[in-house]
Amino acid sequence: MRLAKEVLQGNIKATARLIRDVEDELPSAIEELKALYPYTGRSYIIGITGSPGSGKSTLIDMLIDVFRKRGKTIGVIAIDPSSPFSGGAILGDRIRMQRHATDGGVFIRSLATRGWRGGLSRATANIINIMDAMGKDIILIETVGAGQVEVDIINFTHTTMVMLVPGMGDWVQTLKAGILEIADIFVINKADKKGADELKAELEAMLQMSAYSPQAWKPKIFLTEAVNNKGIDELVEGIYQHKEFLIATGGHDTHLKERARLELIEVLKSSLMDHVFQIVNKNNYLEKLIDDLVNKRTDPYSAASDIIKKLAQEGKL
Amino acid sequence: MSSERKIRILVAKPGLDGHDRGVKIVARAYRDAGFEVIYTGLHQTPEQIVNAALQEDVDLIGLSCLSGAHAYLFPRVVELLKENKAEDIIVIVGGIIPKEDIPKLKKMGIKEIFLPGSSLSEIINWTRANVKPRHA
Amino acid sequence: MFSGMGSAEDTNKRWHLLLKEGETGLSTAFDFPTLMGYDTDSPRARGECGRCGVAIDTLRDFEILTDRIPFDKITTSMTINPPASILWAMYLAAAEKAGISWDKIGGTIQNDMLKEFIAQKTLMLPLESSIRLISDTIEFGTKYVPKWNTISISGYHIREAGSTAIQELAFTLADGIEYVQDVIERKKLDVDSFAPRLSFFFNSHLDFFEEVAKFRAARRMWAKIMRDRFKAKDPRSWWMRFHTQTAGCSLVAQQPYNNVIRTAIEALAAVLGGTQSLHTNSLDETLALPSEFAATTALRTQQIIADEIGVTNTIDPLAGSYFVESLTNQMEEKAWEYINKIDDMGGMPAAIEQGFPQMEIANAAYHYQQQIDKGEKVVIGVNKYSTGEQVYPPLLQIPEELEEEQIARTNEVKRIRDNRQVIQTLSDLRTASKTNKNLMPYVIEAVKEYATEQEICDTWRDVFGEYRESAIHL
Repeated sequence: MRLAKEVLQGNIKATARLIRDVEDELPSAIEELKALYPYTGRSYIIGITGSPGSGKSTLIDMLIDVFRKRGKTIGVIAIDPSSPFSGGAILGDRIRMQRHATDGGVFIRSLATRGWRGGLSRATANIINIMDAMGKDIILIETVGAGQVEVDIINFTHTTMVMLVPGMGDWVQTLKAGILEIADIFVINKADKKGADELKAELEAMLQMSAYSPQAWKPKIFLTEAVNNKGIDELVEGIYQHKEFLIATGGHDTHLKERARLELIEVLKSSLMDHVFQIVNKNNYLEKLIDDLVNKRTDPYSAASDIIKKLAQEGKL
Repeated sequence: MSSERKIRILVAKPGLDGHDRGVKIVARAYRDAGFEVIYTGLHQTPEQIVNAALQEDVDLIGLSCLSGAHAYLFPRVVELLKENKAEDIIVIVGGIIPKEDIPKLKKMGIKEIFLPGSSLSEIINWTRANVKPRHA
Repeated sequence: MFSGMGSAEDTNKRWHLLLKEGETGLSTAFDFPTLMGYDTDSPRARGECGRCGVAIDTLRDFEILTDRIPFDKITTSMTINPPASILWAMYLAAAEKAGISWDKIGGTIQNDMLKEFIAQKTLMLPLESSIRLISDTIEFGTKYVPKWNTISISGYHIREAGSTAIQELAFTLADGIEYVQDVIERKKLDVDSFAPRLSFFFNSHLDFFEEVAKFRAARRMWAKIMRDRFKAKDPRSWWMRFHTQTAGCSLVAQQPYNNVIRTAIEALAAVLGGTQSLHTNSLDETLALPSEFAATTALRTQQIIADEIGVTNTIDPLAGSYFVESLTNQMEEKAWEYINKIDDMGGMPAAIEQGFPQMEIANAAYHYQQQIDKGEKVVIGVNKYSTGEQVYPPLLQIPEELEEEQIARTNEVKRIRDNRQVIQTLSDLRTASKTNKNLMPYVIEAVKEYATEQEICDTWRDVFGEYRESAIHL
């Protein structure tokens, strides 16, 4: 419980270490997370996604500025993909935010996806909780913009921002990836480029066509030039507007509930599977089943059913 | 399902030297060898580097300096790590470092110096042999 | 010979030595704080003073640097980029003080920011304002300092960052295209009025025939670009005048005396490729700043090529060789592909914003290193014929007190200068920077009042913003 105590005091080294333990899935981390859980649920979580080159890191760099001036403390989780070949990763999002490295109110952590299927992964949810418990007012999550990861973000974030850039050809891509459905706020960055107004018009037309119930939040669009520090204040206002909307409509509470539900299910799934695998891996039971499958003596549904029956019979469920 | 502990490395360019060909190649090589590499970009102060290292909980810091300013910058990083009670983070360096400066650097805590002509496999192999996850 | 070390006095001494040995062109290396627009007392400059070149904070340092240098008899090249206009202003002020009029002085300022964004990374201001300052200097030189090369469009650093020969060729020419374009559009100057003064700066690397072909392709392509793309009418606008430096990245720390041979062959390639001027590296430069012995040997290398072996008696002596001609054609073709691609992206600034040249270079650099590690590229002394024994040539050390002395000197200058005038000239500069005016006269005024380099740069940082590196291109 030592780490948890230090995290609650805002200790950077302890926080960094616990995050690492969580990433590496150490059993000892679970006890720490348990101790921290009562202190979570206070941070405001903002997700930022968009294709590479849209300027996410630059925008976050500017947002940190504005939020810090308002006296808020910030946690940043910057996610980059691991190499599918080597398992390694280059985590370079910090570069754009490094001027905040010596600001004690800002904690930036780079994360590699480590090939987790299922998107944003359990680790990120836990890391959010850690930064939450550490006392960060706002947590910014930057993701890679490759699709599945982003759709998973909305389970954890209060406000989700999708970044687009005129003329970078990601328009059709993002449509396909379903990213546009998850956006609470659209940011058209590099708005000084040709095509910015056209992109805004296209987006607005698309939003018109979508079915939004009158009580629902209608996504807002902001134009920014992050590199030139333009449009940032308006964007921050927009975020605050969304936050107020959530609080007023009970969306804030719904979010907490959904988050709790998801966290529970994720942990349950993984605990159950660990438990099951522990048992079926004994005596080559699993291997025999797989052999049966290959030789078509059974099918996956029947095999799974058999496993559950076996576990129940043996009182191990 | 647990995975093996990944080694996290921070590579950095302290000072005003902008020659980043080498450091970028090393970062890539580390990535291809399965490490997680945080690259903090150019023109970093020792304070920025150490703070990043602490937040990222890295096992290794690699510094590159080709301008001759290593005499101040490298020891300053080591000093800051000490101040933050993080001397268990290993520091290695590369760049234009005269042979005469090497014993001094090693004495103050720089674990290894990679001079011009070092191969990538040398660096990777050394790292594999000498760097373990910090809290293992 | 590219030189500069520590204090202005020491550099001045080295310069007089080189002049005595027969040098006709001086070449200045500055330290990192100076290169980046910081004074020696800036916290960013801690530990950097004088380490890789001379420290210049004010005109006072510059006057010491150029003490008794015959401005009208030699040419001076200054390797300086973001604050190039400031150092040039100092040179102009120093020459004026020595009684030499500006139409008599010759030299070069490197002043090529595009390659900084691509390769060398001494960065200060954003792209657009960097280009504006360059066009200001080109215009000023065209009008008032006719013998001065106000830009040295460089491929050297692009190559040093790890590019291929073709990338070096293509990106340099693409940079040149952008600069010419900007001067024409921004300053409304006729291309023939300034193009003859444009100069280039290339690398000379190890692959002998590829390098010769590269130089020849460069000259041919630039002529075509000037004549066909920019409609230059004066044949002197079509000429590509270039300086070459032998490849620093080809130097090897092991068995360093081998570097004399590498450098000699690279120098020869540049001469056979048609270079107008040459810098040869010193054999000990992988380890530290060159020693006197090494610097002299490098100079002798050039002198032997120039005076003993007869290659300078014929123009383009390898012309007509089947191999050289077909290589030249190939390089030209591949370089045009790159240039067209960059044009399609919207020009070099747009390509830089998208990270295109940076990515190409990073990939080439990684590939090259892997080839060396695997032994596919031979490096004698490293992966072939390496011996356990190592010879360490004598090294040059910078005295520790240099930084303090320099700071003290600058403080003294600040004490005795007319600070009201400094404030006034900086204010005038700030106001002018927000307009389209040519800023050179304002810089010269500030420099003459002994405003420091950083005071001027900070003014610009304030007006234009500071450039920050975008996402990495690894």
